[in-house]
Amino acid sequence: MNREYYGKLIFELSQPGRKGYSLPKNEFEGYSLVELGETQLRQTGTILPEADELTVVRHYTNMSNNNFGVDTGFYPLGSCTMKYNPKLNEELAALPGFNQHPLTPAKFAQGSLKLYDEVQKTLAEIAGLSRFTLNPYAGAHGELTGLMVIRSYHMSRGDVARTKIIVPDSAHGTNPASAAVCGLQIVEVKSLADGTVDVEALKPLLGPDIAGMMMTNPNTLGLFETRIPEIAKLVHECGGLMYYDGANLNPMLGVCRPGDMGFDVMHINLHKTFSTPHGGGGPGSGPVGVRKGLEQFLPNPQVIVKDLKDTKDLKAYELHCDEESLGYVSFFLGNFAIIVRAYAYLLSLGKENIPMAGKLSVLNANYIKESLRSHYKLPIDTVCKHEFVFDGLREEYGGDHHSPEHVTTLDVAKRLLDYGFHAPTIYFPLLFHEAMMIEPTETESKETLDAFIAVMKRIAEEAKADPQLLKSAPHDTPVRRMDDVKAVKEPKFTFKAL
Amino acid sequence: MFKYFPHTADDVQQMLDVIGVRTLDDLYAEIPEEIKLHRELDIPSEKSEIEVRRIIQGLAAMNKPLVCFAGAGSYDHYTPSVVPFLASRSEFSTSYTPYQAEISQGTLQYIFEYQTMMADLTGMDISNASMYDGSTATAEAMMMCMAAAQKRNRVLISQTIQPAVMAVCKTYAKFHGVDLVCVPEKNGVMDKEAARELIEKDDVAGLIVAQPNRYGLIEDFTGLADLCHEHKALLAVNTMASALAVLKSPGEWGADIACGDAQSLGIPVGYGGPYIGYLCTKEALVRKMPGRLVGATTDADGRRTFVLTMQAREQHIRREKATSNICTAQGFMCLYVAAYLSLMGPEGMKEVNELSYASAHYLHDELLKTGRFEEVFDGSFLNEFTLRYKGDAKALRMALAEEGYLLGAPTLFCDGCLTIASTEQRSRQEIDELIRQLNNLTI
Repeated sequence: MNREYYGKLIFELSQPGRKGYSLPKNEFEGYSLVELGETQLRQTGTILPEADELTVVRHYTNMSNNNFGVDTGFYPLGSCTMKYNPKLNEELAALPGFNQHPLTPAKFAQGSLKLYDEVQKTLAEIAGLSRFTLNPYAGAHGELTGLMVIRSYHMSRGDVARTKIIVPDSAHGTNPASAAVCGLQIVEVKSLADGTVDVEALKPLLGPDIAGMMMTNPNTLGLFETRIPEIAKLVHECGGLMYYDGANLNPMLGVCRPGDMGFDVMHINLHKTFSTPHGGGGPGSGPVGVRKGLEQFLPNPQVIVKDLKDTKDLKAYELHCDEESLGYVSFFLGNFAIIVRAYAYLLSLGKENIPMAGKLSVLNANYIKESLRSHYKLPIDTVCKHEFVFDGLREEYGGDHHSPEHVTTLDVAKRLLDYGFHAPTIYFPLLFHEAMMIEPTETESKETLDAFIAVMKRIAEEAKADPQLLKSAPHDTPVRRMDDVKAVKEPKFTFKAL
Repeated sequence: MFKYFPHTADDVQQMLDVIGVRTLDDLYAEIPEEIKLHRELDIPSEKSEIEVRRIIQGLAAMNKPLVCFAGAGSYDHYTPSVVPFLASRSEFSTSYTPYQAEISQGTLQYIFEYQTMMADLTGMDISNASMYDGSTATAEAMMMCMAAAQKRNRVLISQTIQPAVMAVCKTYAKFHGVDLVCVPEKNGVMDKEAARELIEKDDVAGLIVAQPNRYGLIEDFTGLADLCHEHKALLAVNTMASALAVLKSPGEWGADIACGDAQSLGIPVGYGGPYIGYLCTKEALVRKMPGRLVGATTDADGRRTFVLTMQAREQHIRREKATSNICTAQGFMCLYVAAYLSLMGPEGMKEVNELSYASAHYLHDELLKTGRFEEVFDGSFLNEFTLRYKGDAKALRMALAEEGYLLGAPTLFCDGCLTIASTEQRSRQEIDELIRQLNNLTI
């Protein structure tokens, strides 16, 4: 990478008179924007750059060199399921046949609607539920939509007092946030020392004001909540519904389905479990599935199938708006091009490999956990699922967090960048001081894991011998450790503010 | 094993040995047997690349390509080939939210550029790093108004906003406890007198208006910001993004929040997604802003760098007290928008709008000349307009689709009307051919 080039913004490359586009000549005489007049037209100029095509291409290509992705290296970011994003899926999502206007009448978009229906059916079987909507755009959007389903169900029964939702203290931050946006009050239930939900603490919380309970299983510590049948029974007995946060679905594929665990409503992150790219923070996709009897509450529009002329082979796909639906949560049918990618993945793996994806992700996680517990604190010693949490370095490697000079999880994370690995998720879940959440996924080889393990051990040795080396890390990245405090105290969100 | 799984049988065995279990299934021993799935999934078998390609290409071929004269929130503008080419850089696409800023400067920098461009186009101080789409961005703007006002939960929304945006706002309002009140329309634009009466009741947190509106008409917001501010309400303007380059910006109208969809900035119509919602505001409201924000700072060597900042507003820190639940948004689409606007520049954006204006007005006039359409409103428009068809509008639209043309969308609450759009992609020949086909139809 050319460091001289680093950090120039496109505005700094602008030269008046340059352009990077070509448009046809105006073939329509007698029309001009000036007709709109001063009241309606913009009076101020814009900051948009003036640049030729190569300048733009080189600018963004150089920027991509300052970025780390799954295609660059190992990305063990816990809770994010950074698995390989197959290239075939990209090719198929870009087929011109799918680039239709969303108002295209259903009759002329049968291929897209069929694809949508195939994906929803496949997800329903994988989840053990009745029906999915693919309209929500991301995991948190799915959570919000799913909670709206739960509230719509209670409201449809006139059961309007159910305004509280139970959320474990180990839950993803989006769970309580989505509940708040949905107008629900959050009731937190504590975890036991082994990291699972305290069922005894749950019991007194249940009552006629409880709309339901949100859980992820395995939970954010990567542990399977073995008492889930009992929990679901308790919540159902009090009249609530069970919501499954599908962020951690990957290890469960084909082994144990949320519907069979007792969940009524869930979301899936296609960008985690079903391999669509994370895109530096979206676009993702957060399909929501429901148990039989709740389908009518799913958001509009819904894709429905009709048999034509009494023949089973000839089907017509239509858009349908249900009166009992919670309403619209998206402009149209969600991030359609992401759904195409997920379909390609589901078809490629099939029933043989989908369960294997889950099992190998669990194998990889446990392999790292067992290989590194000699150097890092393992707070809960049990078989994990797709991910697990270390509570920082062991005391003998400088990790005693009672000591003010201790080497922190942040230091370890930053040092990992020097060795060409992305850092794990750090300081989450909030149950531990120095949480380091590692999720390798199934697409990583034993060689990659071994290299990561060796580096993690080496970093632990470095922490013992030369803590400063970690505290000043990273040393070998395009840029060095950032002043986060300055970014907040002297906020600059645009080029103009610089 | 399988092309995405690198494990050999030996690898698996060695790893199981290290873990101290015999089989892969032993890793699931703690799960109660009665909830395990003791059968194969009832889904199709694995397929080769050739087969997957054949199936999905077959589905794409079942769709019929139509020459697009529709808008309603999704516009068929041209995407320079450079944009998808740059977006195929997998260093960008296969990364995640840039938590580790030292190895994410690419993502952070294009988001910073995007924020700069959107803040500038809207005439606001700051932009966030994207919302899901224009409808959810507007719903977030609605909730922002309520949060900023603290003790007021009434938000007004113009009846003339795109129906899809209205529908999503209604959903969010119902569950979030927003008292969302529609301001009626008059002659195709928001009834400003009706808005005044409502605002003067001093219980309104904000007013959301649309530009251009759902009929394609350009509205006049003169005096509206002052009225809102006198009564401690915020003004949010939802604008079709491409139009920001030429129409009076939300900032120029005195708005506090600008929101909408930036799909019209180089993103394909793509059957509705992915698009990108934009949300911009004034500096004073930054702490009420949902979503990620990228800010500039310096690194240990004093270089100018970029980081995610002001995270104390967000769900992963504040949980239920966060400004929103949004986590994954449409970050990658910021790259589309930034690259598109870099190529187009100020002149290109003017030209795109000039051409769209001209082709839409030509189409409008040619449709009227057929004698089968009539004007509904007399306001001015940019690239989208509404006409009443003297016959069966829905039947005409379907018949034209059979011939390969998508002529607008049936206008909701406006019998027999079609709302029709054009862009710089539509040539005179395409429009003339559409008119010829239309004249051949007797509907």
